[in-house]
Amino acid sequence: MKKNWPILVVDDEDVMCESMAAWLREDGYRVDTASNGKEAVQLACGSDYAICFVDLKMPGGMDGIETMMEIHRVRPDASIIIITAYATVDTAIQAMKEGAQEYIVKPCNPQEISMLVSRILKLKKLQSENAILRKKLTRQYRHHDIITKNPRMEEILALTQEVASLRSTVLIRGESGTGKELVARAVHFSGSRAEKPFIAVSCAALTETLLESELFGYEKGAFTGANGQAKGKFELADGGTIFLDEIGDISPKLQADLLRVLQERRFYRVGGSQEVEVDVRIIAATNKNLSDEVQQGKFREDLYYRLNVIEIRLPPLRERREDIPLLAEHFVQRISSELGKDVNGISAEALKLLIAYDWPGNVRELENVIERAIVTCHNGALDESDFSWLQHDGVMTQGWEVPDVSLGELERRAIVAALERKHGNVKEASTALGIDRSTLYDKLKRYEISH
Amino acid sequence: MNDLCLVPVGNIPAKALDWIENVVAEWFPMPIRRLPSVSIPAGAYDEKRKQYQSVEIMKMLAQSAPRDAARVLGITDVDLAIPMLSFLFGQAQFEGPIAVVSLCRLHQEFYGLPAQESLLRERTAKEVLHELGHTFGLVHCSEPTCAMSLATHIELVDSKAEQYCAHCGLQLVQRFSREVKV
Repeated sequence: MKKNWPILVVDDEDVMCESMAAWLREDGYRVDTASNGKEAVQLACGSDYAICFVDLKMPGGMDGIETMMEIHRVRPDASIIIITAYATVDTAIQAMKEGAQEYIVKPCNPQEISMLVSRILKLKKLQSENAILRKKLTRQYRHHDIITKNPRMEEILALTQEVASLRSTVLIRGESGTGKELVARAVHFSGSRAEKPFIAVSCAALTETLLESELFGYEKGAFTGANGQAKGKFELADGGTIFLDEIGDISPKLQADLLRVLQERRFYRVGGSQEVEVDVRIIAATNKNLSDEVQQGKFREDLYYRLNVIEIRLPPLRERREDIPLLAEHFVQRISSELGKDVNGISAEALKLLIAYDWPGNVRELENVIERAIVTCHNGALDESDFSWLQHDGVMTQGWEVPDVSLGELERRAIVAALERKHGNVKEASTALGIDRSTLYDKLKRYEISH
Repeated sequence: MNDLCLVPVGNIPAKALDWIENVVAEWFPMPIRRLPSVSIPAGAYDEKRKQYQSVEIMKMLAQSAPRDAARVLGITDVDLAIPMLSFLFGQAQFEGPIAVVSLCRLHQEFYGLPAQESLLRERTAKEVLHELGHTFGLVHCSEPTCAMSLATHIELVDSKAEQYCAHCGLQLVQRFSREVKV
């Protein structure tokens, strides 16, 4: 690993250069040396040095600070460590202001230099991992990864590209499992904020006070247990996007706080007296009809209009049945490779079954159903028999006797039954129901089901 | 010739040289030649730091040692340093023939403690294995008990074992047999 992080030592004294290089080579690093600034810059042009040790005082030609600035010009990511004697510490501090990462006073303790090098390289490793992950994420959430040939969905994808670079608030509406967060990520990662954080918050999963401190952070002593200041999601998302899922579930107080953030882009931390200013794009999502909620006085009208600048309505899967074969094929390929199973396709009969089903849990339910089928499948392709349980579970539309109860009661029973089957495990129950955990919590609250 | 030349730099007790011969013989199957003592080069002393520049001592070893020696290991009792670092337990040419080990900071007396001969022997053996390992291209090892782990203070020397870990040991055997025809 160390050989991937070459080091340059720049000093006009040969003894200093060579002895330092020898010491670092013993640690496994590839080390080059240069006896003046000009030579150092030439070497830096040809090699991507992770660290450059540069002596501050080099008589004749470029001094340490000039050398550092020139190296930075060709290798902006190189960390410069200025080497100085006691007499020139003030100048070394000046060098730090000019962009040096550290300075060391020679002679220094071997432990000091060893720790300094490993600390800088650890940081570099994290930075490069972070860059790789960001690239992966960007690739993962490009709109091309939303699989569809449905004209309405294609219009929506075109819209996400159009609005990606704006700062306007977006409201995504759609049933649970339709991919609201995926669309929000597509908006974020297609726009100019892609390099900045995307922070998702599920508003239904938390109580009012918890959600308030989660969103806005808190000051030390704001409440029992607030032992120090903590940043909220709005601050963490500064420069990027915050995705507020299940926005229809927030309390009237939080609605008022959120309205203020939307209007002024600033807020107070819980227990704080200083305003915090942020540049955050808000994308909200809900599976409720917010205009109905406004009519009923449950949701502030002014907030609704602030959120609803650009509205994206995601159709349920049953309204885009032509996507079911595409999505099913995609999930089979992805899940079988993730699970290390040799399942490569899905039979035409099985697809017919899947197309006929109504998918109340939408794409997420389809994904879960395919995963379950792959886990239990012993052939190279999924066929009808791998989905027989789907019929037996009593959720197929055909041949199922509907009990004479209200829709709400039906849902309540389904939830209770799922919880019983999963021994009270909310996460597993939500997976079985094909809805996400926050939606299940919301429904548990609504139906007053204790678990 | 495939000899390892052991060179006392300054006045080194015969007992210490015996310890070194024993540990070298255990790990490196090559003839060991004990050369007469040489004096420390005058230019090596740094008046300001009251220490000796190891680079100067290594240069002197390179010039004075027999040309046919496979390795030259200098042993000194003076405090070694390089311009950048405040001290060194020893230094080696990476994948080169010259190495030097200082006994100065291996003595308990250096830390104001009573002399302890067995501890000095152990520390000397570990540092000799460490520096000779570098001459055969071994880099610092992350296993703290391996002789090749980096010791930046004496407690870290003490936490090493008088041997290489399995990984470094295997590498040493491969590199040694490639280079030295026994």
